[in-house]
Amino acid sequence: MTRSTAVTVNGALRPLAGFPVHTSLLDFLRGQGLTGAKEGCAEGECGACAVLVARPDGARSGWVALNACLVPAAAYDGQEVVTAEGIGGPERLHPVQREMAERGGSQCGYCTPGFVCSMAAEYYRPRRATAGSTDGVHSSTPFDVEALSGNLCRCTGYRPIRDAALALGAPDPADPLSSRLAAPAPAPAATLVSAPDGLFTRPTDLDEALTILADDPGATVVAGSTDWGVEVNLRGRRASSLVVVDRLDELREFELTDEAVTLGAALTLSELERLLAGRVPLLDEVWPQFASRLIRNGATLGGNLGTASPIGDTPPALLALEATLLLVSGRGEREVPLADFFTGYRRTLRERDELIRAARIPLPLSSVVCFHKVAKRRADDISSVAVALALDVGDGVVRRARIGLGGVAATPLRALATEGTLEGRPWTAETVLTAAEVLAAEGTPIDDVRASAAYRAAMLRNALLRLAVERGGLEVRPPTAGRSGGAT
Amino acid sequence: MSRLSERPEDGPAGRALPHESAALHVTGAALYTDDLIGRTPHVLHAHPVQSPHAHARVTDLRIAPAYDVPGVVRVLTAADVPGVNDAGVKGDEALFPTEVMYAGHAVCWVLGESLESARLGAAAVEVDYEPLPAVVGLREAIAAGSLQGGQPTVERGDVGAGLERSAHVFSGETEMAGQEHFYLETQCSLVHVDEAGQVFVQSSTQHPTETQVIVAQVLGVPRHAVTVQCLRMGGGFGGKEMQPHGYAAVAALGATLTGRPVRVRLTRAQDMTMTGKRHGFHAQWRVGFDADGRLQALDATLTSDGGWSLDLSEPVLARALCHVDNAYWIPHVRVHGRIAHTHKTSQTAFRGFGGPQGMLVIEDVLGRCAPLLGFDPAELRRRNFYTEGQSTPYGQPVRHPGRLRAAWDQVGVTAEVDRRRAEVAEFNATHTHTKRGLAMTPVKFGISFNFTAFNQAGALVHVYADGSVLVSHGGTEMGQGLHTKMLQVAASALGVPLERVRLAPTRTDKVPNTSATAASSGADLNGGAVKDACEQILTRLEEVRAGRHLTWEDTVREAYLSRVQLWAAGFYRTEGIEWDSTAMRGHPFKYFAYGVAACEVEVDGFTGAHRTRRVDIVHDVGDSLSPLVDLGQIEGGFVQGAGWLTLEDLRWDESNGSSRGRLLSASASTYKLPAWSEMPEELHVATLERAHEDGAIYGSKAVGEPPLMLALSVREALRDAVAAFGPERASVDLPSPATPEAVYWAVDRARRGEGGHVVVGAPGIQPEQPAPGHPPLRPRSEQHVGADA
Repeated sequence: MTRSTAVTVNGALRPLAGFPVHTSLLDFLRGQGLTGAKEGCAEGECGACAVLVARPDGARSGWVALNACLVPAAAYDGQEVVTAEGIGGPERLHPVQREMAERGGSQCGYCTPGFVCSMAAEYYRPRRATAGSTDGVHSSTPFDVEALSGNLCRCTGYRPIRDAALALGAPDPADPLSSRLAAPAPAPAATLVSAPDGLFTRPTDLDEALTILADDPGATVVAGSTDWGVEVNLRGRRASSLVVVDRLDELREFELTDEAVTLGAALTLSELERLLAGRVPLLDEVWPQFASRLIRNGATLGGNLGTASPIGDTPPALLALEATLLLVSGRGEREVPLADFFTGYRRTLRERDELIRAARIPLPLSSVVCFHKVAKRRADDISSVAVALALDVGDGVVRRARIGLGGVAATPLRALATEGTLEGRPWTAETVLTAAEVLAAEGTPIDDVRASAAYRAAMLRNALLRLAVERGGLEVRPPTAGRSGGAT
Repeated sequence: MSRLSERPEDGPAGRALPHESAALHVTGAALYTDDLIGRTPHVLHAHPVQSPHAHARVTDLRIAPAYDVPGVVRVLTAADVPGVNDAGVKGDEALFPTEVMYAGHAVCWVLGESLESARLGAAAVEVDYEPLPAVVGLREAIAAGSLQGGQPTVERGDVGAGLERSAHVFSGETEMAGQEHFYLETQCSLVHVDEAGQVFVQSSTQHPTETQVIVAQVLGVPRHAVTVQCLRMGGGFGGKEMQPHGYAAVAALGATLTGRPVRVRLTRAQDMTMTGKRHGFHAQWRVGFDADGRLQALDATLTSDGGWSLDLSEPVLARALCHVDNAYWIPHVRVHGRIAHTHKTSQTAFRGFGGPQGMLVIEDVLGRCAPLLGFDPAELRRRNFYTEGQSTPYGQPVRHPGRLRAAWDQVGVTAEVDRRRAEVAEFNATHTHTKRGLAMTPVKFGISFNFTAFNQAGALVHVYADGSVLVSHGGTEMGQGLHTKMLQVAASALGVPLERVRLAPTRTDKVPNTSATAASSGADLNGGAVKDACEQILTRLEEVRAGRHLTWEDTVREAYLSRVQLWAAGFYRTEGIEWDSTAMRGHPFKYFAYGVAACEVEVDGFTGAHRTRRVDIVHDVGDSLSPLVDLGQIEGGFVQGAGWLTLEDLRWDESNGSSRGRLLSASASTYKLPAWSEMPEELHVATLERAHEDGAIYGSKAVGEPPLMLALSVREALRDAVAAFGPERASVDLPSPATPEAVYWAVDRARRGEGGHVVVGAPGIQPEQPAPGHPPLRPRSEQHVGADA
């Protein structure tokens, strides 16, 4: 290659040469003496490593905040990254920094640069001023505090950080980070890095990606790297060859027709949230409960399906929506029902040389839907149980019932027995109570660090009861557990 | 007003200022220990070899394979230790153990050119273990009699007679889990050795002196050969009071052996599996009330889960016993304490230091007994408050109990508690699947180290001939704003603008023999020392001025030219305190900090998920030294306490499988701390008016720990909400932490009309009493500094 690989950090070109391909963007930045971004957990939970990345927004750009600990530095070849140091300095505080400093938003200061980056991303969000939004709890504000959901602070209790965010006005169009957004973001660079610890490839198009997959049995596919990064950091996994596909245009299709919604596998969850704009209400219930904004900015739909985690949050919803997957390889494309896709714990129908190109949701959608996620923490947590329900009730009878489950078996699965119990029956408390008991027996929940098996079963049951009460106009009470139910 | 508490009117003390490093924090310019790595050439990285077993004998250790890994420079083992192979002050914490005592225990350490090579080198080390039986659960340890350390008892009056005379007697058990500190910055040390053999340790430590002591102990050198510096910490919360020492010693050992700088920085998983946490506690109690709901007698036995070694378990236990009374007068008391020995991390200091655990016991007792007595819990609490002239079970008069009542009444008014109680009742009457609860709880927290000797501090104040001032003191900055307060104290004491004063990093070669920055005492102790140093200088400058009106700069210049000393070492010791830790009696605390919180929660009956709708706090910080800093401590402490009580869930594998004893929640994805979503939706914090503290610096009070315990109001509000799912006047048991699952099962029991497990009447549950000849808390057991002398 003639072009040398490098990342533009705070406006200066920083060469990637000499770094192992498993170097995270965080370690790369810290190795450059930019120690503002910190490692707090190395798994995308705490946000101390958050940085800004320029991403396309139509013909313009947007500043997107990401967890630098999870992504390979090489994936940012040719890209523009801004750290807390690049947002402002001690003698020239940026408005975000000034609000944070003056309002007591920092105590120990370790999480602060990450908060500043998340807050700056929202500060510059192009549609912020007009959109307005709410976190569902606090009053409506033009600053969506959900932008800070992926940053943990152990000192402040968050109130002063919230106040700092809500005190922000609109950016000065002349400020450098603001004016930068008028120009397009860098296109993805075709990158090939060979280092002693492996090979890193960002192919230019789908054909190249598929060729690599066909030729190299050891190739590991990475998209947003929010799952792979955890494997690297916490479990010491290494790959002889990484193939990064998150910017391939062919995987970023978004199409709406009368028959179906097609969602490109490499679209990030944040992009999907924006593109769908409420057209699939069930998914709208998923997004705010799916990890955090920092993760959703990187994580792709294809990644969440392809890793086949039993506790991923999009699979239950897409199962209830009866989605299909489009799998592509050098041999052609095939469409498989998502319900058939998961074959075992983190195993799927995807062949080694295939990529998930898109997920397709058939229309019309069911009228009564609910995504019921149970976790220890109210937000930014992993599901103990996730239940997605999509029901059609006509003339007092359940016409169609589709229920997707997560966290109760080795794979995400459809609650087929429950669906069968509901369909064709009158929509009454009696039907609901009967079906809820069937639902409680679906899957094979286990006791683990997140929840007990008994609680998981109870949550399955209660998911249907809640839907009946809150959206189905029925009054039912959860039956109490027998003597076996629940440890004290 | 004392001289100590007398505050100059126009100084910066008392002004609401941002954290002194805020501009550095927000720009990423603030440096933490690990940020120095890139500025340190040729640094070596360390990685531990961790035991998979909770308890095992190391029968063979083969390090040769590690040297086959490219980049591995050195493997550190017990054979390399020139001094004492112990990371603690009690001789029970082998740095390189031959018997591993918990899953994750480091057997040896590998140094590499990169962290990756050290990691791979550690994976190549071969260790043979002979597994031994492991005690993991606290109840299991109690049943097996697996105890360690002293067994103190706080006693007053005649508990037996008190219970006999009580109109109502109840008994029960209470258990609470521990808590991971989860400071965002994990443990980190960077050590280099200079040409003269001076060991320079940069460490994220709350206790630089003790880090120095342990490094010197391991290296077998006098303390003057070791200097420890702490720039700042990314959070401490007690977790860096004793825990950093061993890691600093490993880095120091590596640096002396290789001649190169060595960095030890724990990953989050290592930090969670290797370092101590808040103690979980188990309590058995018997309590008597008179017909009017007044506490008559409390007989209790508290057992803490100390983990594999003692470190701070004894003083933590002592503080727990000294806070079982919380804000309540109990005429007859006998509270006995024990420390379980388990094969887990060595549990240690954590904000509150046993106080929260002790208070949880009495609040649990009151919350569970109130319905059985037919009392509103808030009324039951209030009528038992201390009044003037009463003293604690350990014999200390309770000064200013009226301030607690004032705070209680103020919260009642500002939070509109009566009106909102009616609203909650109305809401609950009209909602089947969601219930709300409202509760008020008080805090009375003793300020000072129980162990009297620790209540001393030093400072070094330099005035340079240009009039600029450099302040060094023995306290460390972990985000609590101590340095901000010390700047304010120095500028106020000298009568100079804040901009003229700069604060130097904490170093053991500036101020020696310091106490830990702990027990909320940092500002009280170091503030006293800074003020003393400033006043020495000021006295000399007054002589130079001789009544003339000279500017600060002119005075300083003239003083220099007149050969007047422009620097001073300040010293402070807290007066009027004494403590007998064998008898568990005395006057250990300089004063009490008071606070009251009212909390309203909502519980979802389908899942047990809950949210905090509103919190109102009135807290006593005396005359605040730094109101913005204090507000941050109150709010942050409250949320951290709420995390302990309602969310944070340490899970250890208690099965008999091969992973027995391992911490299952050893990552940020399995151990959840309060996030954005747990912030109280409404949070109103006020500080108590007219709260001047005569015995402390500028009339202020310590604020680091006490607000954490205000979060007991969340737990009691949850109990109130859960009760609303069941029949009236039922007693509700609530596990701690009250996670959604725990609350769900509590709701389930309430719906079934199943009451709690409080035993009504005598004899009930008899708290286990110490066996004859049990060890008392050793008189010097809290004295860990200098324990090797």
